[in-house]
Amino acid sequence: MHPAYSVIVFTTASGAGYGLLIWLAVAAALNLVPRDPALGFVGLGVALALITIGLLASTLHLGRPERAWRALSQWKSSWLSREGIAAIVTYLPAGALGLGWVFGEFVPGQIATGAWLSVPCALITVWCTGMIYASLPTIRAWDQPLVAPVYVVLALATGGVLLSLLLAAFGYDPRWAAILSVVTLALGWFLKARYWLAIDTAPKTHTAEAATGLGRFGTVRPLDPPHTQPNFVMREMGYQVARRHAEKLRRLSVLLLFVLPIGAGLLLLLDLPSPFQIAIASLAALSAAAGVLTERWLFFAEAEHVAMLYYRGGVA
Amino acid sequence: MTSLPETTSKKLGLVIDLDTCVGCQACATSCKEWNAGGYSAPLTDQDTRGSDPHGTWLNRVHSYEVGDGPDSRTVHFPRSCLHCETPACVTVCPTGASYKRASDGIVLVNPDTCIGCKLCSWACPYGAREYDTDDGVMKKCTLCVDRIYNESFAPEDRVPACVRACPTGARHFGDLGDPGSAVSLLVKEREGFDLLPGMGFKPVNKYLPPRDRRDLTTASAPRAAERTVAGSGSLADRFFAWADKTLAR
Repeated sequence: MHPAYSVIVFTTASGAGYGLLIWLAVAAALNLVPRDPALGFVGLGVALALITIGLLASTLHLGRPERAWRALSQWKSSWLSREGIAAIVTYLPAGALGLGWVFGEFVPGQIATGAWLSVPCALITVWCTGMIYASLPTIRAWDQPLVAPVYVVLALATGGVLLSLLLAAFGYDPRWAAILSVVTLALGWFLKARYWLAIDTAPKTHTAEAATGLGRFGTVRPLDPPHTQPNFVMREMGYQVARRHAEKLRRLSVLLLFVLPIGAGLLLLLDLPSPFQIAIASLAALSAAAGVLTERWLFFAEAEHVAMLYYRGGVA
Repeated sequence: MTSLPETTSKKLGLVIDLDTCVGCQACATSCKEWNAGGYSAPLTDQDTRGSDPHGTWLNRVHSYEVGDGPDSRTVHFPRSCLHCETPACVTVCPTGASYKRASDGIVLVNPDTCIGCKLCSWACPYGAREYDTDDGVMKKCTLCVDRIYNESFAPEDRVPACVRACPTGARHFGDLGDPGSAVSLLVKEREGFDLLPGMGFKPVNKYLPPRDRRDLTTASAPRAAERTVAGSGSLADRFFAWADKTLAR
């Protein structure tokens, strides 16, 4: 599948934003951090900015962005519609939490209510994002039970890395956030490795013979293409990354997204001076950002679409 | 609405005969011509005078080589929307622009509400939907909805443009939900089949398989007496082998 940059930015930025929102909401509800208005403003500001940038980036993928509001209507059948609704609903508790944290509560219990409602709303939104892809049986690499869980865990992990940086930058103890990051990153690494194993070993069940119905006469091989230049289907569905490049990029994304940020998280557990903590947490955030972009690019580039059987033959 | 109708009164669709299709592209070009001015207008092309000319077409004709050796054959294979009974392209649509008509089963895109998210094209295993980059919306076969009910047309013209254009009569149009219709009988007689039945979308359009060859002599290997003279290697043998080969052309 063609790795569209708008969709890669959408899923990674909004994922990290929802992850950070979830951890800040948990921290506020459990009083794990002081009610520092500056921390709330910057923390929730970054989270909502990442979410908003991601959602705006996703509209760049549309042919008619001015009609995007129409996407909220078909929640009964469409995961994309559900994702849009969940994303908008999440702004309400997140807004209540943010305003209460920064300006003080307008109504009693505003912070706790907003925080506890933000967590399920954000989790549901990221789950819906994953299900947009996981609900497509035409793409074997996406029609996998681990797709949506990986989206959620990577959102929590990248959000945890950002939270560690935020706490370090404000001079608060980042150790609990570092532990959260290390645990969620390790879980993400485990699930992503299982996912890669699954797509490498899952049988390719669809054939050019079934696609044309001509299997009874023998193998089916493309002879004359229907057109000389690639059409939309080939441009959108025909993108393929070479196997050996995919191997290299998988290793690169493991290094940048899991190994380095986990190492950084463990270093943050040591009682280092604040400037070192900030430097380590910054490097972890940059590394995780590059890593998750690579991981998401691969998620698209490695995915093969059944429709390409008509053009390439073989199996998918 | 992108929820599917429980049942449709009719199942209008195409039956494509892979035995008689000669791959002439008349169906593809007549489709393009009709739909560039009909329901799907504009049906745009890009870089038409440049080095990468491409555009939105609703019907594509592939040619495949099938089987091996003397039994191999060339099969021309038109490919367009199959108007599935349970199409995933409709249910994934977030706006309701993609829909299946309860009256006749035609799958359509409303060009006034489509946001061009392309998710329907990802959901279709047949590559039947093509995004129009200039129009910003998805395009697909309409089964010439603007021809088949058009009472200003002569009755023989009230069929999809591809069916009307096919010079070998390889394309048939009708109600596949009616077991007594001409197309249903044809499918029964010729053992018409579904594409990718394992995907479970229940395509309405059917394909008819190439018929068995009536006379296999032209396709089978030359008989022993007619085989090329095998030279033992002497100059004369090689001359006769060359002469035999040349004269056999």
